[in-house]
Amino acid sequence: MATSVTLKVDGDSVTLPQGTTLREACEKADHPVPTLCWHENLTPANACRACVVEVKGSRTLVASCSRVAEDGMEVWTNTERVQNARKVVAELLLSTSDATLAPDLKDLAQASGASAERFRGGATWEQPVRVDNELYVRDLSKCILCYRCVEACGADWQNTFAIQVSGRGFDAHIDAGFGRELAESDCVFCGNCVAVCPTGALIGKTEWDLRNQGAWDEERISTTTTICSYCGVGCELKLHVLDNKIVKVTSPMDNPVSHGMLCVKGRYGYEFVQSEETLVPNS
Amino acid sequence: MSEVRRLLPRPDIQSSATSVERLTERGFDHALSRISTMTSEDIIEEVSASGIKGRGGAAFPTGLKWSSVYKALGSEKYVVMNADESELGTFKDRVLLEQDPLGPLVGLLIAAHCVGARKAFCYIRGEYGEVEQNLADALEMLRMTGWVGPHSVEVEIRRGAGAYIAGEETALFNSIEGKRPEPRVKPPFPTQKGLWGSPTLIQNVETLANIAILFAHDVKWFKEYGTQDTAGTKLVALSGHIRRPGVYEVPFGTALTDILQKADLGGSITSGRSLGAVLLGGAAGTFLGPKEVENASLDYPSLNKAGASIGSGAMMVFDDTVDLSWVLTRMARFFAEESCGQCVPCRIGTRRILEIAESGNLRTRSQDLRELGQAMRDASICGLGQTAPVALLSVLDRPELMHD
Repeated sequence: MATSVTLKVDGDSVTLPQGTTLREACEKADHPVPTLCWHENLTPANACRACVVEVKGSRTLVASCSRVAEDGMEVWTNTERVQNARKVVAELLLSTSDATLAPDLKDLAQASGASAERFRGGATWEQPVRVDNELYVRDLSKCILCYRCVEACGADWQNTFAIQVSGRGFDAHIDAGFGRELAESDCVFCGNCVAVCPTGALIGKTEWDLRNQGAWDEERISTTTTICSYCGVGCELKLHVLDNKIVKVTSPMDNPVSHGMLCVKGRYGYEFVQSEETLVPNS
Repeated sequence: MSEVRRLLPRPDIQSSATSVERLTERGFDHALSRISTMTSEDIIEEVSASGIKGRGGAAFPTGLKWSSVYKALGSEKYVVMNADESELGTFKDRVLLEQDPLGPLVGLLIAAHCVGARKAFCYIRGEYGEVEQNLADALEMLRMTGWVGPHSVEVEIRRGAGAYIAGEETALFNSIEGKRPEPRVKPPFPTQKGLWGSPTLIQNVETLANIAILFAHDVKWFKEYGTQDTAGTKLVALSGHIRRPGVYEVPFGTALTDILQKADLGGSITSGRSLGAVLLGGAAGTFLGPKEVENASLDYPSLNKAGASIGSGAMMVFDDTVDLSWVLTRMARFFAEESCGQCVPCRIGTRRILEIAESGNLRTRSQDLRELGQAMRDASICGLGQTAPVALLSVLDRPELMHD
């Protein structure tokens, strides 16, 4: 069996190991495709359809994030059909969801020449923000239903299965089961869903509060890398510090120990570092 | 060409639909004993020679599909009867399962025997309660006679829970597995990875009935009806402004006008009015105007010329008083309600089409609708989203059909 495949992307020949996706092939051939729901550490959900490409012989366009490259394929990343699909995907999402904190969606809209107004005026996903715990906030008006959080909570990462898609069609939404508050759900507050959310629909409570106060300033946030002190696994932590206070903790997606995942302690258990209270020794 | 009775039993048949006598009378016991001495290769060769194509709508060559599952690597294989008939205006599988449930079941057993499956499923639409009972009775009889059971093929009936999308083959697998019925990405195709990741053969009820009558007879008999391109007969479901609505079996190649007008078929448009349009193939189908209907026959090449397809075999008839924009609005609501919501083009696209239709702007926003429709056809994950705009686009291409 051959161990590599050779295909053409926009006319350029590229050879890759067998099992490579078309998305990766396009990237290697220097004809990258835009993505929204795809995430480097998660199984492709192929739900957003922003990464579609034209494959010779295929009736429909093909989601490049999940389609495996085959020998002799001819792939086109920028045909009229591809451009139309990308543009319409961006327009539909902009007509539904609040893209304020969605850089990838904004980029897609810009690059595809999408009009934010074309399909506006109908139903949207605007809904009240759910602040039901001290660790993270659900602002589902910003959700684009990319499934990343569902996968991170489920079999890809956390295996907690606290959230799933509920409802159908336009009413499909991320839910912790029966519309429950998070504290009443199976959520273990690892925040891995927050780490992969591309639109700010899931956001740390501290960041949320600071943004509302107008005090969140990316320019002034510095990061410090350290190792989590809680257990022996040794996850790498990236502390996001604003005004000498930790305001967010993440882990690099390429870290060989954590792969970007943390537990509730690593991600949210940082308050002790900046506590004003000192321990009083027993006399 | 008039009505034929092959898939459907003759109206004067005496035996009960689920009895052993029916098995004999229809030649199905002969079919079963015939295939039990045949190799899988021989069975596939006969299916291919008959030219049977999938009757669920996609018209994929059945022999090719069987060969693909037969050759696929896997210790477990499954066969599935798709009886989740939910397409608008489509009720042929219901009639078939009411009148002759043994046909599709025998077809299912032949399929299982051929590809080497020990387990089969019948996935039936939840609303088809009485039909399901009929199917269960037929299954019980086959169990008594030994054709179904632990030493041959186990057959299990699974009931859908009211979602149109669960009729999409990969969503159907998820439903059987107890998951949310969202379509899976293809490839891998079901023939390689279907139920629980194993090679799976899934066929529509009517396709399996064709298999049963083929093996009850032979290829020569099977090809006595039909065209050069498509052998055999097709069930069509007539509804709307037609004098004799119902399910009729006609040979491929029958003129559409004959289906609408013949006294033993549709029997003409109601109230002496003239034809406005026919929606062919269900909600995911194409509207044809009176001229196109006049020139077309029930066969793939003929309909292809008009940009249409047979689909499930549904023919919804509208007389010349019907405002198609109203019909399109109802259809848009159907798709908006039945989209699973997984992918962006379908989830939001179906809703925007509905909104535009409800606000009466189908004509003024035709350019936006064309681009939206094209994106849905091109970029939706499954057949629902890909075909949701087809009927609408077919009317935009035929402006004379809209009255407003």
